[in-house]
Amino acid sequence: MSNIVVDKTKVPWWVSNVIVPLVNLSLALFVSGIFIFIAGENPIEAVKLIIFGSFGYIQGFAYTLYYTTNFIFTGLAFAVAFHCRLFNIGGEGQAYIGGLGVFLVAINLSFLPVPIVWLLAILGAILFGAAWAYIPAYLQSKRGSHVVITTIMFNFIASSLMIYLLVDVIRDTNQMAPHTVKLPEEIWLPSFEALSGVLGIKIRYSPLNLTFLLAIASLFFVWFLIWKTRWGYEMRAVGHNTQAAIYAGISPHKNIIIAMCISGGLAGLLGVNEILGVSHKIQAGFPAGYGFTGIAVALMGRNHPIGILPAAFLFGILYQGGSEVTFEMPNITRYMFVAVQGLIILFSGALENLFRPQIESFFVNRLNREVRS
Amino acid sequence: MVSPILELKNINKSFGHVHANKDINLTINKGTIHGIIGENGAGKSTLMSIVFGLYQANSGSIKVNGNEIKLRSPKDSIINGIGMVHQHFMLVENFTVLENIILGFEGETVFGEKLKKAKKDLKKLCETYNFNIDLDATISDLSVGFRQRVEILKSLYRGAEILILDEPTGVLTPQEVDELFKILRSLKDEGKTIVLITHKLIEIMDLTSEVSVMRQGEMVGHTRTENTNKEKLAEMMVGRSVLLRVDKPEVEKGETVFKVKDLTVKDDLDVIRVKNVNLEICSGEILGIAGVTGNGQTELLEALSGIRNVESGNIELFGETISQKDNYLNPRMLKEKGLAHVPEDRQRMGLVTDFKAYENLIFGYHDQEPYSKSSILNHKEIIEYSNKVMKEYDVRPSSPNLLTSNFSGGNQQKIILSRELNEKPKVLLVGQPTRGVDIGAIEFIHQRLIDMRNKGAAILVASVELEEVLSLSDRIIVMFDGKIVGEKINKNVTDRELGLLMAGVTE
Ligand SMILES: Nc1ncnc2c1ncn2[C@@H]1O[C@H](COP(=O)(O)OP(=O)(O)OP(=O)(O)O)[C@@H](O)[C@H]1O
Ligand SMILES: [Mg+2]
Repeated sequence: MSNIVVDKTKVPWWVSNVIVPLVNLSLALFVSGIFIFIAGENPIEAVKLIIFGSFGYIQGFAYTLYYTTNFIFTGLAFAVAFHCRLFNIGGEGQAYIGGLGVFLVAINLSFLPVPIVWLLAILGAILFGAAWAYIPAYLQSKRGSHVVITTIMFNFIASSLMIYLLVDVIRDTNQMAPHTVKLPEEIWLPSFEALSGVLGIKIRYSPLNLTFLLAIASLFFVWFLIWKTRWGYEMRAVGHNTQAAIYAGISPHKNIIIAMCISGGLAGLLGVNEILGVSHKIQAGFPAGYGFTGIAVALMGRNHPIGILPAAFLFGILYQGGSEVTFEMPNITRYMFVAVQGLIILFSGALENLFRPQIESFFVNRLNREVRS
Repeated sequence: MVSPILELKNINKSFGHVHANKDINLTINKGTIHGIIGENGAGKSTLMSIVFGLYQANSGSIKVNGNEIKLRSPKDSIINGIGMVHQHFMLVENFTVLENIILGFEGETVFGEKLKKAKKDLKKLCETYNFNIDLDATISDLSVGFRQRVEILKSLYRGAEILILDEPTGVLTPQEVDELFKILRSLKDEGKTIVLITHKLIEIMDLTSEVSVMRQGEMVGHTRTENTNKEKLAEMMVGRSVLLRVDKPEVEKGETVFKVKDLTVKDDLDVIRVKNVNLEICSGEILGIAGVTGNGQTELLEALSGIRNVESGNIELFGETISQKDNYLNPRMLKEKGLAHVPEDRQRMGLVTDFKAYENLIFGYHDQEPYSKSSILNHKEIIEYSNKVMKEYDVRPSSPNLLTSNFSGGNQQKIILSRELNEKPKVLLVGQPTRGVDIGAIEFIHQRLIDMRNKGAAILVASVELEEVLSLSDRIIVMFDGKIVGEKINKNVTDRELGLLMAGVTE
């Protein structure tokens, strides 16, 4: 490995927090470019398509923001648990069960005034997601079963449970496919095109809806929770130094459970976007990997809301732009973009520190030179 | 005959707006033991980290044997014959001594013949300097003193001619200190050069031939040890004369505060560490626990402070049972009853080093008003409070927003002390109150403890420094192998008496 030792005290913050992630990202995209080339397409064209697809027209941009919404939720979910040094890999399952919560509340209470239904459905998402995270949290805190393992297992269990429910219990009996009936139209969350319609602007369909604002609010909520409240303080204390936490009378058990439940609740909010906002019913497998991609979003965003927002947006661009590319370029399949995501996760997560010393020492030396001259 | 081996010229180093080293000049002669002293945060560790290549100076030059060298990383220093033993050892716990020394030795893979040769070389080094180390022992089985020796051996094996030791005796027992000093002397006799950073002036007087004094980032003086004494050194360091002894007026003892009955406590590995201990502490009294580290003091303090479950017996605080087997009040509840605790090991327990200073200054009190209200932290209050106590306890720099790991060792200790003493506890448990703290601050801390006692606090002090126990305590107990082997009223007690008890010799 590299032998470069950098005097950490001389590295400016923007080098470690902005330049390094950008370099890692560029590398991932460069390697992806090679794959696209090998697949027989022009990488430059692909980039153009991605940019056009995600920014070039309103509808595309709305799609980008819709994906961003989901990534904000799952990214925040991972980040909150991580501040307590818990690797919650179970965002996928928690989102799935969160969706169940949204649906059950909305379908059973749809007679209530609409804003109240929304509020309760949001609560349902949070509670169900949190409950699904509670079990691994309990097992970790009381029995020491590692959350990484149990949350992965709980993704499978969630998936099997939901298939069972969708096939045998809550399936729309007029249909063969495993999904529920639609929620009554009055309680759907207003979509972006409906909202623009009110302002007199006509826009074609996109799945973007009011949940986007909920995602933005969640960013603020997490920032406030982690840095401004006693709970965040205690979670961070447990995460950084469990021994010291015990000394200070902060219970690791309790905080593991709180952190995981908040994490699960945030993941559950994905169900609000998908069910109350977009499809209005539960479809099998609706979390579609957002939970896992959220891990990469959080890692790229350095587990801070200020980082998670651009990281989620970036993945939004890739998702939306990527689907444009697969549409226009026959040789590129959907799976190709799964690979691209994989590369981004690899470079900005697993290989985070691969080039860090070189980049940092480059800047440190440059800055030194400036100081001297 | 004396020739300089290491020359530093106009070394400057800043961390943000903290100017840690200002135009430092220092010459170290070959074959000497050179002491460096100075207040907490004076810049000693920083300077030596520059010499070892961990930090790079902003300006200045370094010469080894008259040749100017560039130090970009520890690798460069090792090539130039400079070795450093850090306060926190950097050894792989589950590797053997041999593996630890050989692995990571840049660019070499050692097998077969080479391994045999390495082992032979190391054996020879061990013999020359009386290291008395089993090269095949696993690190985790070794005591702190031996681990330190492994670090020294590692530096020597890599060709160190200059060996830097940063506060090496802070964590050692008195016997271990003696043995370390023997080794250092024999290293000197073989022509090696040693740089010793310490807060214990007695060590400077015993061991060194020259001493340099730093204050607030500057080098304020060099002197030959034979031309000075402890008092003069203390004055050079702090810039005023220091009382090396505190005033302790007689006060009436009050009611019994802590009552410990037949207490037995196990450690994390289920080994019994405290055996049938009975003790009482009254208000207005300082009870000192003397004893070599590892004789149960840690576990006793942890049980008293609600961190550790007890095996049998019970603990009463103000007449109320606070701890029995599998049933004890946690530290937070005890805090509400007025108990404060300064833990022995600041890095492991007393601080979250990744927190900012202000976050550590309220650690454990963070849920109380005015620091937080309905679970929301009151940032403004906390900062105001932090500014106040940091000034009062002279924590340097007094920047509440600085990351705790960026404070010097002694200043980290002051952060804990200011937090625990400032809450005006009725009962105070203190482990190693002044470890790593400079003498000016020791005087201040001792004075604080005595003031608190005068005002009626019940205080328990566990310290490996006999001098500290003797100057603070009203009553002294000695722990050996988990038992209390002696109890003395602190009148005319001698070091010797305590020393014998500490070694397990009972009369
Ligand atoms: N990495 C860092 N970032 C910012 N400031 C630092 C850093 N390391 C040291 N400092 C500051 O530099 C000053 C000198 O610290 P240093 O550790 O050299 O003191 P010291 O003389 O070794 O003190 P002590 O006796 O307490 O160990 C202190 O004010 C400290 O806060
Ligand atoms: Mg130091």
